[in-house]
Amino acid sequence: MILLIQYMLVFTSVLMLVALGGCFSEHSGVINIGLEGIMVFGALGGALMMKYLPAGTAGWLVFVVCVLAAMFMGILYSLLLAVAAIDFKADQTLVGTAMNLLGTAAATVIVKALNTAENPNNPSSTIQYIAAKKNFLIVNGYEFNWFMPLALILLILSYIILYKTRFGLRLMACGEHPQAADSVGINVRKMRYAGVMISGLLGGLGGLVYITAGVSEWKFENGVAGFGFLALAVMIFGGWKPTKIALAALLFGLFRSLSNVYTGFPLLNNLNLPSTVYNMLPYIISLIVLIFFSANSAAPKAEGIPYDKGSR
Amino acid sequence: MQKERTPLLRKPSVQTLLASLVCILLGLLIGYIALLIINPAGAGQAIIAIVKNFWTYSKPATQIKNLGMTLVKTAPLLMCSLSVLFAYKVGLFNIGAAGQYVAGAGACIYCAIGLGWGWLPCMIASILAGALVGSISGILKAYRNVNEVISCIMLNWITLYLVNTLLANVKEPTSNYTYVISRHLVMVDGTATTVANPGAIMPSLGLENLFNNNKYVGLALPLAVLLAIAVWVLLNKTRLGYELRATGLNKNAAKYCGMQDRKNIVLTMAIAGGLAGIGAAMLYLTGLQQWSVTQSSVPSMGFNGIAAAFLGGLNPIGTIFSSLFIQHITDGGSFLDMRVYSAEISDFISSLIIYLCGFVLFFKTTLNKSLDRREEKAIRMAKGGKAS
Repeated sequence: MILLIQYMLVFTSVLMLVALGGCFSEHSGVINIGLEGIMVFGALGGALMMKYLPAGTAGWLVFVVCVLAAMFMGILYSLLLAVAAIDFKADQTLVGTAMNLLGTAAATVIVKALNTAENPNNPSSTIQYIAAKKNFLIVNGYEFNWFMPLALILLILSYIILYKTRFGLRLMACGEHPQAADSVGINVRKMRYAGVMISGLLGGLGGLVYITAGVSEWKFENGVAGFGFLALAVMIFGGWKPTKIALAALLFGLFRSLSNVYTGFPLLNNLNLPSTVYNMLPYIISLIVLIFFSANSAAPKAEGIPYDKGSR
Repeated sequence: MQKERTPLLRKPSVQTLLASLVCILLGLLIGYIALLIINPAGAGQAIIAIVKNFWTYSKPATQIKNLGMTLVKTAPLLMCSLSVLFAYKVGLFNIGAAGQYVAGAGACIYCAIGLGWGWLPCMIASILAGALVGSISGILKAYRNVNEVISCIMLNWITLYLVNTLLANVKEPTSNYTYVISRHLVMVDGTATTVANPGAIMPSLGLENLFNNNKYVGLALPLAVLLAIAVWVLLNKTRLGYELRATGLNKNAAKYCGMQDRKNIVLTMAIAGGLAGIGAAMLYLTGLQQWSVTQSSVPSMGFNGIAAAFLGGLNPIGTIFSSLFIQHITDGGSFLDMRVYSAEISDFISSLIIYLCGFVLFFKTTLNKSLDRREEKAIRMAKGGKAS
């Protein structure tokens, strides 16, 4: 049981962080399909930091540096979307898809180049971080890590920023009616950049949390296995609202963690279902959820439409 | 009335071609820079190896054989890109081509090995399986307003796991791969044995002789080109195609004109899925590859299809050439020195090309604006010349 709760909380943190990222981006008016690629890059930043930090570094410092590295890489990568979608009015779905493919391909190329430079006989795309990962755990031996309280703090922060600050309310105005926002002197371009970059920050951190969930090495060829899209489903299920997103993430986290731990439950084990059923479960659940929650969606009205000053 | 000739640069087709060439050049340039960063010494050679692909071999006979190999894989890629293109013309982003392709692969492999069918029924099974997966996304989009991109991604993973489970029934006992496609798995007295089923391989139509006895080249290639032309005819010359494109341009206007927008969306996704499904049949019914039932990521064919569709300027005939190009550089990646560079650099370049395709609209408007300015200037100059 404790195993289930551990994994559930880890995956919930990941989904919540990434979904909150998507929430900021979409509230500013930019659809962020590229979350998956952003996660890969955040994960890459964190993993490289864990690999190259000297062994004797203090535990808390490792944590802080890795988190900052993941956030930085996420923001950097999200700029690809921001520039294309905001300044060049590109098709946001197309650019997002390209970013997902590019994220995995580029990360694989980078990691393989680093691995072969170290040892020409090691052309793998795997980074190991067994020792560094221990610094993230709250209690040794369990999977409870410092990312969980951090995710909670970021959730509260997101809520306050979106609903209680001038910045957040202006950001949401840009996603609902950019023309009106512009007419009262809000810089739509700046706001949308901010929205996308916050999604890069949260998505990048989510990527780092994901690759440290229960494993201590990561093969970058595999990307993040559709987690960015699961997070988008969480966001839609959560109605683009931080509190509901947190609850939705909890539900999805539960189903995702079942595939890791179902063998530990006699009840589930006796059902004798093949393991692929548990692998498919989160994707099937999200499809079902989408069927019921997409019809009258509360999506920001102007999302996906490039802002054209001329059409005011 | 005198018909005015449009200048060459004004023609949409010329602009599209130009934009695609710019995307390719920029993609290759950035790829070259990446290679330079990894290892400056061999970067020039490496990018040339990617672009040359089979021309790296010195013997013409080997060259032509490997050209055949690239063409064999171009046919399924072309089908995937047609699938993406067809849906995009109707305003749908079919990122699910990858999953529909997987469904098609599962269907034809199982029908050939498990049921011992011939190639034609296997191919039809692939089409139906792909169409089924595609139409699920279509139905969800049309009736429940589910974003097709997200439902497609979910279906990609669900299909992959289902196909892996299905094909585990026809895998070799000693490996993770399915039997070769020309064997039929049968039970004799309770033990599993295989018998030959050569009918599952697509006919070669004598094409193998053109490619130095490359036995994998066959029906798929001409069939894929014919289907590309068929898609062009369907979209541009038929009533159905007109209705579908109208739905894509403005759903509400199409509905107002009496077109059934929901039915059209489902139909479109079914056709797109069928195209991706037959693509899988075109690859696996040659016997070139066996399916690994433990693969944990969706094959990249469907995603490369997105690159080919956009690079081809969203024109069915254009995608024939863009598919060939994308497959060419993907295969070229395998000619790199693995101790220094990874083959994924080709994926890197093709995903860069997709990203750059996002800028095509901007490229075209800028080009037209600068042409406008030049024309205006010319007119002003001409007027000024007369006045003086």
